[in-house]
Amino acid sequence: MDMQTLYLIVPLAPLFGAIVAGLFGKLVGRTGSHVVTIAGVAISFIASVLVFQDVRAGNTFNGTVYTWMVLGDLSFEIGFLIDSLTAMMMLVVTFVSLMVHIYTIGYMQGDPGYQRFFSYISLFTFSMLMLVMSNNFLQLFFGWEAVGLVSYLLIGFWHNKETAIYANLKAFLVNRVGDFGFLLGIGLIVAYTGSLNYQEVFAKAGELAAMDMDVTGWPLLTAICICLFIGAMGKSAQVPLHVWLPDSMEGPTPISALIHAATMVTAGIFMVARMSPLFELSDVALSFVVVIGATTALFMGFLGIIQNDIKRVVAYSTLSQLGYMTVALGVSAYSGAVFHLMTHAFFKALLFLAAGSVIIGMHHDQDIRNMGGLWKHMPITWFTSLLGSLALIGFPFFAGFYSKDSIIEAVHASTIPGAGYALFCVLLGVFVTAFYSFRMYFLVFHGKERFGHANHDHHDHHGDQDEEEPSADHHHGLAPGQKPHESPLVVTLPLVLLAIPSVLIGFFTIEPMLFGEFFKGVIFVGDNHVGLKELAESFHGPVAMAIHGLQTAPFWLAISGVALAWYFYLVNPAIPAAIQRTFQPLHTLLENKYYFDRFNEVVFAGGSRLLGKGLWKGGDQGLIDGVVVNGTAKLVSWVSRMSSLFQTGHLYQYAFTMIIGVFVLLTFWINRG
Amino acid sequence: MTDIPLLSLAVWVPIIGGLLVLATGSDRNAPLARALALLVAVVGFIVTVPLYTGFDVGTSAMQFVELSPWVERFNINYHLGVDGISVLFVILNAFITIIVVVAGWQVIEEKVAQYMAAFLIMSGLMNGIFSALDGVLFYVFFEASLIPLYLVIGIWGGANRVYAAIKFFLYTLSGSLLMLIALLYLFMESGGSFSILDWHQLPLGIDAQTMIFFAFLIAFGVKVPMWPVHTWLPDAHVEAPTGGSVVLAAIALKLGAYGFLRFSLPIVPDAAQQLAPLVVTLSLIAVVYIGFVALAQSDMKKLVAYSSISHMGFVTLGFYMFNSLGIEGALVQMISHGFVSAAMFLCIGVLYDRMHSRQIADYGGVVHTMPKFAAFFMLFAMANAGLPATSGFVGEFMVILGAVQYNFWVAFLAATTLILGAAYTLWMYKRVVFGPVANKHVAELEDINGREFAILGILALCVLAMGLYPFPFTEVMHTSVNELLRHVAVSKL
Repeated sequence: MDMQTLYLIVPLAPLFGAIVAGLFGKLVGRTGSHVVTIAGVAISFIASVLVFQDVRAGNTFNGTVYTWMVLGDLSFEIGFLIDSLTAMMMLVVTFVSLMVHIYTIGYMQGDPGYQRFFSYISLFTFSMLMLVMSNNFLQLFFGWEAVGLVSYLLIGFWHNKETAIYANLKAFLVNRVGDFGFLLGIGLIVAYTGSLNYQEVFAKAGELAAMDMDVTGWPLLTAICICLFIGAMGKSAQVPLHVWLPDSMEGPTPISALIHAATMVTAGIFMVARMSPLFELSDVALSFVVVIGATTALFMGFLGIIQNDIKRVVAYSTLSQLGYMTVALGVSAYSGAVFHLMTHAFFKALLFLAAGSVIIGMHHDQDIRNMGGLWKHMPITWFTSLLGSLALIGFPFFAGFYSKDSIIEAVHASTIPGAGYALFCVLLGVFVTAFYSFRMYFLVFHGKERFGHANHDHHDHHGDQDEEEPSADHHHGLAPGQKPHESPLVVTLPLVLLAIPSVLIGFFTIEPMLFGEFFKGVIFVGDNHVGLKELAESFHGPVAMAIHGLQTAPFWLAISGVALAWYFYLVNPAIPAAIQRTFQPLHTLLENKYYFDRFNEVVFAGGSRLLGKGLWKGGDQGLIDGVVVNGTAKLVSWVSRMSSLFQTGHLYQYAFTMIIGVFVLLTFWINRG
Repeated sequence: MTDIPLLSLAVWVPIIGGLLVLATGSDRNAPLARALALLVAVVGFIVTVPLYTGFDVGTSAMQFVELSPWVERFNINYHLGVDGISVLFVILNAFITIIVVVAGWQVIEEKVAQYMAAFLIMSGLMNGIFSALDGVLFYVFFEASLIPLYLVIGIWGGANRVYAAIKFFLYTLSGSLLMLIALLYLFMESGGSFSILDWHQLPLGIDAQTMIFFAFLIAFGVKVPMWPVHTWLPDAHVEAPTGGSVVLAAIALKLGAYGFLRFSLPIVPDAAQQLAPLVVTLSLIAVVYIGFVALAQSDMKKLVAYSSISHMGFVTLGFYMFNSLGIEGALVQMISHGFVSAAMFLCIGVLYDRMHSRQIADYGGVVHTMPKFAAFFMLFAMANAGLPATSGFVGEFMVILGAVQYNFWVAFLAATTLILGAAYTLWMYKRVVFGPVANKHVAELEDINGREFAILGILALCVLAMGLYPFPFTEVMHTSVNELLRHVAVSKL
């Protein structure tokens, strides 16, 4: 089998599964659906491994699959670019997807939409693969929107839930705001290069950098990069387009892991890394990226501290980590961003799936205040969560340590405007991450067992839709005396399989990915940018890096975060409550998520509806129909009524009019003469 | 093959067939009328297929030309022909006719023969519009096509149908009277020719061009409809029966847009270029203003009607940017809108047939009782919002790309449709389809039957095929569009 067939198999196998499960779900049944979709993704994963090995052997590919449309010199194509960046993304996407597929058997067991769910996640896998494998902007946009569609369908999967269908609409629309910028960016590229193909566009990057835009006079490349990045801000949930991601937790947990943590939300990061030949030529754009990323990294982390819904804590953590990746992009450490993307995909998928396992164990109670002491009852979930949390906070030797520390070092070395602010944010962010991660960890797995008397008042924010819940149990939370139980093998197996890379992958891959030749020719760093060069000089192997890490600020920040969480939530729980009372305004600000949602709801959503109503009632009905159209009709009837006044039927009036008429005509005639 | 007068068949098969259907008379023969109507529609479609398969994409000249004298005293000819710009609309029209006949199969129970006949005759007349190359012939078809639609709205329409029908009729008639004056002026100037192709070559001063431009702008602008002469459309749609809305949105709106390409641009190129900013502005208002208005609608049909105006704003925008991305994008958008708007109105019709309400507030949770329908509706809603891999994306994408070349700010405003289009379409979808079952009427809904499944399924295939592989559609247009652009670039002054 030649490689090109293999490339095609990678996305098409999941698509086949999606079609079978989606259109013939009734026919093949529940088992048939999960067998065919899992087989599809498994084939895709194996093919990705083969492709990866082939790429490692030095074989890359850049070619067209079929021509979508041709217009003069501009050709719109569907094609693949297979290089190390693509191959790595393919592995991450198919592996996490495979884990999530298996996990779903357990999590969605008993759900009436079982087949539909498998169809969607396989469709997602297809779309995401098309996105990362693309060699041109058209297909990138296709994949970009397709993953958005599947995300929309999956957030609203339980379409009885008012909160879920609100969240999916919000997610779609906020992403559309990003796409708006993205599309304009693509439009500028086409307008000035006449091509949609990455290689052709990159070849002209130098020319673009020297040009200004026609109408606005802005520097062209900066405009292109910022427009593209606005797209990334939507998809990768950067401030202020981050608002959809926390709400997306309304969807079933497996997709929170797959789509809203490991893969789709990293599409923006991937895209910017792919576009490094463009971004490298615009310092303004890079500064913009740094500031947005740093803001997201720190301020979304703060929000994680006050969340009580287990999934929302992980969601804010995802936002914050995406901020880290974005910062890395901004300081030209693209490979660092992609590296963190990869490690994050494993440990965040793990944390989400573990959270899902806890939710199953807790009978769909998601409030961490009702948990505690779960380690005894759910040992596998507990231990894998611990590993995932350690990876997340960047504990030395864990995967997250290597990626996060590299980013912090790169920010430290960077000279780009905004890097100082970013350094502050990412360092403080380490402390915050450790604090909220272990706050959750301690509240869930340690301390007093608080379950068994679930307080229903706490669930308002995720709705009470018992008939649509995935579990066969028709109640929320554990009944008094009930104990949580460890989840079945289909749930715990993916946890274990994800825990392995969460611990080890950084150790083994940092050298080739960050300092080796792995991304050579794929990711481009300008000579004027430091990127990871300084770090490379001081790098003496992963062991030395971890040992050195023990003496640096990030490590101690993380340790103090963990210690503080331990003290606050296990030793002396009165303190956080006291702090909350003392700093009530601050807490209210965080509680309201800095009022982003309120602002959007009032200004954008409310404003648009009001404007629409105003234009409709005032413009269409008032002015156009009321004055002009019906006014014309009224004018016509007025004229006819007036003229009918003259037809009185009285002979003397006619005679009088006639005489006046003759008189007037005569006057004209005489004057003319 | 070439000896068969295909275009005449495309025009006259539906018209004569329609008269035959009409001859079946009263509703006692309704099954016969339906069967005959379907037969005519299918035959009418089959005769248009060779227009595509036999089309030569390499030339911009008129193809399948038929020319014979009609009124020799005034040099009026029966002159038909199609090029890459018009051929697809003839096929689309014949295709939509089948959809409309099938869509009205069980729904229309009174005056069946007359209903079917009206649509068949209208279909033939509209094919005449797209293929006429003689000014008078065009005008006759253009005006005549108003009558069946007027009757369809006025007879089979809703409660306020008479107001809507008259508004529709007067609006469009007043527009086309100006066109008649322009046509007569061109007849005089050209020394007694009604040939549209002759007019393309006719030199005209800028004042004359400007006058003619405005006459055409009003005539075709009303049809499109462009802001601010659009207010007849929501009323007409709301009152029209489903079939009427389908034809109105899928085909009738395209007549005006087609007129711009066949008349305004090539006949008065200098005025068109000079006044392009005006049309571009009006188009952008249509896209943005109407997008907001659509957001405020509580009636599903009105919402989709406004969405149509907004989408047609993309068409006129694309035309007047004078680049190939814009014009081809606009043409693609017209074809796609033919599929998508037809499907959207059919979906609303499916709901209306069951619930007899178009109010969004009367629905909610339809997905629970009509899952198949919900899936189709989702696809078409996404196509309406311009999602890639559906036909709705292709045209929008091309026009926005073209707009960036034309002027960044124009593109900026046009691209807001990405947000607005998704907002009004998906918000409606959410309120109608998602959520808990709203009331006992929704709880009693039955999912789509085989007939409805078939028509929505075929349209779904069209929407996906065009989104995944637009090549066969655009391939036909290139040569003619390039020739048009080349022609427009040459001054007539």
